[in-house]
Amino acid sequence: MAGNPRRMRPLRNLYAKIAAIPMVLTALVVFVGGTLWTVTYSFTNSKLLPKLNFVGLDQYERLWSNSLWLTSIQNLMIFGVLSLVLTITMGFLLAVLMDQKIRFEDTFRTIMLYPFALSFIVTGLVWQWLLNPELGIQEFVRGLGFTGFEFDPLSNPDTVLYGLLIAGLWQGTGFVMCIMLAGLRGIDEDIWKAVRVDGIPRWKTYVFVVIPMMRPVFITTLVLVASGIIKLYDLVVAQTSGGPGNASQVPAMYVYRYMFTAQNLGQGFAASTMMLLSVLIVLIPWAYLEFGGKKNG
Amino acid sequence: MADITSQIPASARSALGSGPRGPKPRRRLSPGNIMLYGTLFVVSVYYLLPLWVMIMTSLKGMPEIRMGNIFAPPVEVTFQPWVKAWSEACTGLNCDGLSRGFWNSVQILIPSVFFSIIVASINGYALVNWRFKGSDIFFTILIFGSFIPYQIMLYPIVILLREMGIYGTLWGLVLVHTIFGMPILTLLFRNYFSSLPEELFKAARVDGAGFWGIYFRIMLPMSLPIFVVAIILQVTGIWNDFLFGVVYTKPELYPMTVQLNNIVNSVQGVKEYNVNMAATLLTGLVPLIVYFASGKLFVRGIAAGAVKG
Repeated sequence: MAGNPRRMRPLRNLYAKIAAIPMVLTALVVFVGGTLWTVTYSFTNSKLLPKLNFVGLDQYERLWSNSLWLTSIQNLMIFGVLSLVLTITMGFLLAVLMDQKIRFEDTFRTIMLYPFALSFIVTGLVWQWLLNPELGIQEFVRGLGFTGFEFDPLSNPDTVLYGLLIAGLWQGTGFVMCIMLAGLRGIDEDIWKAVRVDGIPRWKTYVFVVIPMMRPVFITTLVLVASGIIKLYDLVVAQTSGGPGNASQVPAMYVYRYMFTAQNLGQGFAASTMMLLSVLIVLIPWAYLEFGGKKNG
Repeated sequence: MADITSQIPASARSALGSGPRGPKPRRRLSPGNIMLYGTLFVVSVYYLLPLWVMIMTSLKGMPEIRMGNIFAPPVEVTFQPWVKAWSEACTGLNCDGLSRGFWNSVQILIPSVFFSIIVASINGYALVNWRFKGSDIFFTILIFGSFIPYQIMLYPIVILLREMGIYGTLWGLVLVHTIFGMPILTLLFRNYFSSLPEELFKAARVDGAGFWGIYFRIMLPMSLPIFVVAIILQVTGIWNDFLFGVVYTKPELYPMTVQLNNIVNSVQGVKEYNVNMAATLLTGLVPLIVYFASGKLFVRGIAAGAVKG
């Protein structure tokens, strides 16, 4: 249909336009409108109710001097970097293993992917139980005779993020593995033949041929995983409730707290605008690469 | 994927079709193979242990749990924790168990899945076959919108729902799920419809069929598989939602995930780990059943989200 010269009469495609009203409203009112609304009100001193009383960058100054927010950001950075690196590495390695003409491929895939069907709430609660210091894994290993064994990440502020990480990896790596496996299967069979004729070892082929060829898959995965990490909320709520103390707070919890329980809307809006900003930092270079590059190539 | 397949010779295609690829299989019991299967086995144990522990814990009595062997199967199997989780567990002053959350979730799930898929499939159809000025812009906004953190739209939607008089009701939440399901589902349907031959649409146009005629009589019957994929995606996604449930409903209408979290993380009373695990399993049961019943379609659903459109 594209490229057909057509007259632009407003009544043309009337039904299509009527049918597209929900999409147009969602895009304009909720996505664009909602975002602009929140950004605008983040410059006001709204407390219990949104009021257009502008105070400049006040909310942001307060935000960046709030130790709770700084902890949240720091936590998200540590968790985010570790979880990005580990999910992508593990996902890729598992995909490579799965690509070795193995038997029971479907069974292994089913096992690795089922956590992804579960909610973060279920994930968080299961791992909270497994990591229970009195009755969980720690106690089990001590029962085997290793009485000095310590594995209690959730009650220590310094290690609680690693406890969250174990659960997050359990839930998410299967998904990354599936995308990577699809990427590996998309690589031309002839490459493997050529490489075998040349006698290049398999690991070298993966590092120097396959990974560069899968660059778009890696980038897409990176964007998907990263934008998911910034939204991180349910897992923390379920597994640690942000504790011990405030040691595992994340930005999304900060936003929720200020918007819906602390009655300080302006702070909540400023914090959520910062979240938007961090997504844009991930998203804009990607969109530029993905869609800007298409025109040249 | 489809167009890649058609470019390569038939011999290679059969290898690519479904099964694994790579060099010829080696001998069954080579050291490499033992390493390979050994690693996969260890990985599988990591993935399966939480499920095992959930089931075992939920079938034990509290005295047995206190003995401290979390991985051991129950000596005495009891279904009491399941009964208690379903009909007696307390959230605050309410002690009618997780069943309330379950039925709330069902009531949220059915209309949300229905409306989000109907709206998105019509979007996809309009975007492919009835493009109008600006239609692609709206689609781009939609796709970008799916990356925006929900937190930034939480409050404007509260105002929107309040103005519409459905804030705190199940229908408000249904609307929210329809809105936030739209980007990914529209992408899914748009990609699927654009893979259908265009001649089909043109022929129907020549025969005088209109927008709805073509949608209901040609597009809908031809795209049942993608509808199944969309249903799988939405059922698991909406069932697992937590944030929207907390923000847009009242305590007596909380979906199952929210109620589960309130039961397990409540600070009052003695912790009953067996009841907690039974409740957790009950909440995970719906997506698990969908997952195990749908098999490869689930993979297709999540891959549809990942592969760029």
